[in-house]
Amino acid sequence: MVFNIGPQHPSTHGVLRLEVVTDGEIVKEVIPHIGYLHRCFEKHAESMPFNQTIPYVDRMDYMSAMNSEHAYAMGVERMLGITDQIPKRVEYIRVLVAELNRIASHFVAIGTYGLDIGAFTPFLWLMRDREHILRLLEWTCGARMLYNYIWIGGLYYDLPLQFEERCAEFSAYLKPKLEHLETLLITNKIFIERTAKVGVLPLDLAVNYGVTGPMLRGSGLKYDLRRVDGYSVYPELDFDIPIGTGAMGTVGDCWDRTYVRMQECHESLKIIDQCLTKLTHELKRDKDFNPRALVPKKIRPKAGDYYVRAENPKGELGFFFRTDGRSDIPVRCKARGCSFVNLSVLPEISKGVMISDLIAIVGSLDLVLGEVDR
Amino acid sequence: MNADLIFDLLKASFGQKKVLQIDLNDQPQSIEITAQENRALFTFLRDDDRLYFDMLSSITGIDNGPEVNTMEVIYNLYSIPFDLHLMVKIKFDRETPLVPTVSDIWKTANWHEREIFDLLGIRFEGHPDLRRILLPSDWEGHPLRKDDILQERYHGIKVDY
Repeated sequence: MVFNIGPQHPSTHGVLRLEVVTDGEIVKEVIPHIGYLHRCFEKHAESMPFNQTIPYVDRMDYMSAMNSEHAYAMGVERMLGITDQIPKRVEYIRVLVAELNRIASHFVAIGTYGLDIGAFTPFLWLMRDREHILRLLEWTCGARMLYNYIWIGGLYYDLPLQFEERCAEFSAYLKPKLEHLETLLITNKIFIERTAKVGVLPLDLAVNYGVTGPMLRGSGLKYDLRRVDGYSVYPELDFDIPIGTGAMGTVGDCWDRTYVRMQECHESLKIIDQCLTKLTHELKRDKDFNPRALVPKKIRPKAGDYYVRAENPKGELGFFFRTDGRSDIPVRCKARGCSFVNLSVLPEISKGVMISDLIAIVGSLDLVLGEVDR
Repeated sequence: MNADLIFDLLKASFGQKKVLQIDLNDQPQSIEITAQENRALFTFLRDDDRLYFDMLSSITGIDNGPEVNTMEVIYNLYSIPFDLHLMVKIKFDRETPLVPTVSDIWKTANWHEREIFDLLGIRFEGHPDLRRILLPSDWEGHPLRKDDILQERYHGIKVDY
């Protein structure tokens, strides 16, 4: 039988249509159909200056706009050759907000994943805690999800007064909540039964498919661009890279992927605490400090091709730029979306599974269709 | 191993005719190769013990416009064990946009190539399933081509606003 899951179906996490060929309850083939949310980001980016593209970058992966902005701003700064001049305070604030956003993104991933396979409560808990993060980020720039906060060469504003204190309170509040989440959802027997040994993604296949982020780490490779490339101030920070070990089943199954996301929330909290210490001691607030001091008036990178990448919550977000050296508009700007690439592995790992497992596999990919379709 | 050494290695293995030039200004540094019969070269890049480019990060298609009359496909390779970056460029005529597929060397290329076909109309020889991926299947034209003219109406809906 051939039938469609989506495009309007809650467990496809957006407008994704899966054409499924089944034999009884067994899935024979899955053909993803995407493009329902296509806005031609690349065409837009070819028609406007670099700095005006940032709001469009936000709207690609709307669950983690700060991370995408960080990657984009970093890319343009590298083209301009001003990476070393960015003040440390700016870099630490960027990492702070990006890690907050990473937690928010993982919360949506874990929460909706629980929802997909029948656990309703964790979703509500995680949405409650995510709301605190969204309010903190709203405080910095005025928007809840699409921030336009990180600018090329600096920031929109400095952090609001007392942000550091509130953020530290939140960090202390969240730590026990993560423990609760682990007992309620991750180590729950029903959850393990539904996800362990399901959708196993072997490491060689993952690398061949270009899969990155928690999915690749779930398959057992310690590969995090924050460490590998060591961009921004990440080399100065202390954090671990959790990987899947197959604790509940096989290495690279759905449970491993979810567990890696969960552990990454702990690591992000560690990074946040370190950033807050830095921002309240060595890099203290100063009323003469202008986060826009380095924002270039006219962006004229010299001619050439550039590929820059950064670790988003979902994987490697890459930007390819070609500039002609004459204008502040790129000749070509391509975004390499992590969700897009991660989705492409779905037909491979969902052959011969049950339909209910297909739902579990799709959920564990943590897709944001805004980025798949761009 | 840096791009210079990779360039020399490739030239030694495949000859001057296949491996055209190196550009040190690009980040990561890039090597231009010919469009024809380059699959052996890509397989070499993936399998050689000294390089081992196991990750294909991204493929980008570029249209240089009707005046220059060329198109390009750019591969961004990364080697996880050796932490190497490499950009490989292919340039070809705009009238014959046909390049060999690499989708069996790196499976991730499958969707990247479909996207390039969709948005730029570059065809990939030997691709198993070259359909449009982002745009509807009955869309006319390839929007990232510099001379593309939008269709006026799509199923009775005005396209250009």
